[in-house]
Amino acid sequence: MTVESTAARKPRRSAGTKSTAGKTTTARKTTSTDPELVQLLTPEGKRVKNAEYDKYVAGITPDELRGLYRDMVLTRRFDAEATSLQRQGELGLWASLLGQEAAQIGSGRATREDDYVFPTYREHGVAWCRGVDPTNLLGMFRGVNNGGWDPNSNNFQLYTIVIGSQTLHATGYAMGIAKDGADSAVIAYFGDGASSQGDVAESFTFSAVYNAPVVFFCQNNQWAISEPTEKQTRVPLYQRAQGYGFPGVRVDGNDVLACLAVTKWALERARAGEGPTLVEAYTYRMGAHTTSDDPTKYRADEEREAWEAKDPILRVRRYLEASNHADEGFFAELETESEALGKRVREAVRAMPDPDHFAIFENVYADGHALVDEERAQFAAYQASFADVEGA
Amino acid sequence: MAEKMALAKAINESLRRALDSDPKVLIMGEDVGKLGGVFRVTDGLQKDFGESRVIDTPLAESGIVGTAIGLALRGYRPVVEIQFDGFVFPAYDQIVTQLAKMHARSLGKVKLPVVVRIPYGGGIGAVEHHSESPEALFAHVAGLKIVSPSNASDAYWMMQQAIQSDDPVIFFEPKRRYWDKGEVNTEAIPGPLHKARVVREGTDLTLAAYGPMVKLCQEVAAAAAEEGRSLEVLDLRSVSPLDFDSIQASVEKTRRLVVVHEAPVFFGSGAEIAARITERCFYHLEAPVLRVGGYHAPYPPARLEEEYLPGLDRVLDAVDRALAY
Ligand SMILES: Cc1ncc(C[n+]2csc(CCOP(=O)(O)OP(=O)(O)O)c2C)c(N)n1
Repeated sequence: MTVESTAARKPRRSAGTKSTAGKTTTARKTTSTDPELVQLLTPEGKRVKNAEYDKYVAGITPDELRGLYRDMVLTRRFDAEATSLQRQGELGLWASLLGQEAAQIGSGRATREDDYVFPTYREHGVAWCRGVDPTNLLGMFRGVNNGGWDPNSNNFQLYTIVIGSQTLHATGYAMGIAKDGADSAVIAYFGDGASSQGDVAESFTFSAVYNAPVVFFCQNNQWAISEPTEKQTRVPLYQRAQGYGFPGVRVDGNDVLACLAVTKWALERARAGEGPTLVEAYTYRMGAHTTSDDPTKYRADEEREAWEAKDPILRVRRYLEASNHADEGFFAELETESEALGKRVREAVRAMPDPDHFAIFENVYADGHALVDEERAQFAAYQASFADVEGA
Repeated sequence: MAEKMALAKAINESLRRALDSDPKVLIMGEDVGKLGGVFRVTDGLQKDFGESRVIDTPLAESGIVGTAIGLALRGYRPVVEIQFDGFVFPAYDQIVTQLAKMHARSLGKVKLPVVVRIPYGGGIGAVEHHSESPEALFAHVAGLKIVSPSNASDAYWMMQQAIQSDDPVIFFEPKRRYWDKGEVNTEAIPGPLHKARVVREGTDLTLAAYGPMVKLCQEVAAAAAEEGRSLEVLDLRSVSPLDFDSIQASVEKTRRLVVVHEAPVFFGSGAEIAARITERCFYHLEAPVLRVGGYHAPYPPARLEEEYLPGLDRVLDAVDRALAY
């Protein structure tokens, strides 16, 4: 793919052309009623029509709908369990996804098995969709490892803590897919804060120039620790894409159907060789940034309350009930399943063994290294000296 | 006035004083405003000095340091915060290729009085990238000065001096000591920024450390004293420049030296100290200079950091080995 051919192609859909860029003297906040926001399910649980995106969820069955609901409920339950495990001292830290379930389940369920996912540290719902056992996510938060799963077994990369780095890895991986002539796609997750990082800008540049099959999925949860999105950008984030020559779309991140539809569209574009897309899922971080954070220092309770009314799970429940797609039995069964998941996670964490001391020296290099061998031997001798003392 | 305060609070007070006395001083970084930084080191400063002096920046470290350079070129004295040690690397390019070199490239015409504050080191049970000690990566670069206080008083005064310095200073804050309290006399006349200090006198061996390891070395010396050994403890305070004269003076007295730092030993600051002290004190040394520090391995997950970090036993072990020569 040459630079010219990419530059010459007009994006099929440029949400960015409905720009408000001209009137950005004050940073603005968009609401869920904003005309730019793709929404298929209102907070009241009403299905609304959308000419462009309906077709991506047209064939969805009641069973699949219940599945999406189940995914969100179980993800929330897992997340709540992890938060309380942190409070109990079983985890050193936890980054909760509370409020972002629809963005993650909708986009995660849009991926195909052969797609590849590059998460940050908060994508527990996406991990769930990829079939990563939730207990595997807890190792790094408990402090027993710095990863905890094989990225290739579920095409779900390790969590990335350094902000923005993974968007370049995603782009490179997508460039590789294109070189191989394969038809899978890549999705990279990042936050609104991350959108300020140079790495993210560079990944936009590379993906556009090389027409890489990558979807940039920005969960704009309104805050980067204490900094509101206004501290990162003066234009709505999805409009950034325009400047790089690919489409950007803002979707209601609390609407699982809309997230599913828009992500499917973007992934299909990527597969069809049409290059990158930026999806901005407009959502809200209902909890603290992490368990070490204190949001009362910087944000008002009313804000959270306003967003609670747009709860991503509640609206699907309302829809399922109103359309008679689920009965009491379904919800009761799910409740039981939730509790069982919580129990399983709790027990798994408590049973998680501390790593062997020699793990420090494992996998530092693939081919080995003389210095590591030497230090391991010194460490062993040192450890053994205690055993002698204890044995004596 | 002398007052007892935590190390983090001492830095806060020092920054407050700098903002108060020099309108050109700026604080910049992620979450430094309303939140007061993730460690609350800048707590209350934005409230009192406003958003144009205490600036919440976009989440972009290269941007933070790069714009601080521009502000310094314009006559400001920015003090920037990098949230954690492991997040300085997006800014590493700006620090190494620009901040460090512009004074020389301009034949001395340009001065860049930028302070880069980096909470560093382990021992707090954090996740990846939150516990590293990258000082050697900076010390290798000419044009940067690198300091690390070990106690509240130094934190207060060294920050004053770093801000007043016309050179870029990388200010490594020992995050595991943030909550340790110490006496701070805000009217004292501080000693030179880059001078080491003997924090405990001894005759048998010198322990040299800086930042988070000074307290450990004091504990080691106390433990060794119970076994009848007299250890001298040096707080180096500055990694670049290094006060070799003070180390030499101590080693000429004790004839043995153990250097302790959290960073990996391989190519670490201890290596530099060992090499120079061997040159300077060859005929005084009774034992090779030994180093205690991290291994040549990525900083491990929290449940292994006790094994990775120098602790009382590992330092005592090195002391024993040095004394056995
Ligand atoms: C390069 C880098 N700088 C700083 C940090 C510290 N940090 C961790 S998360 C975070 C905020 C991220 O906000 P955002 O990108 O919006 O994602 P969110 O956590 O809200 O999902 C910061 C500043 C980091 N991890 N990496």
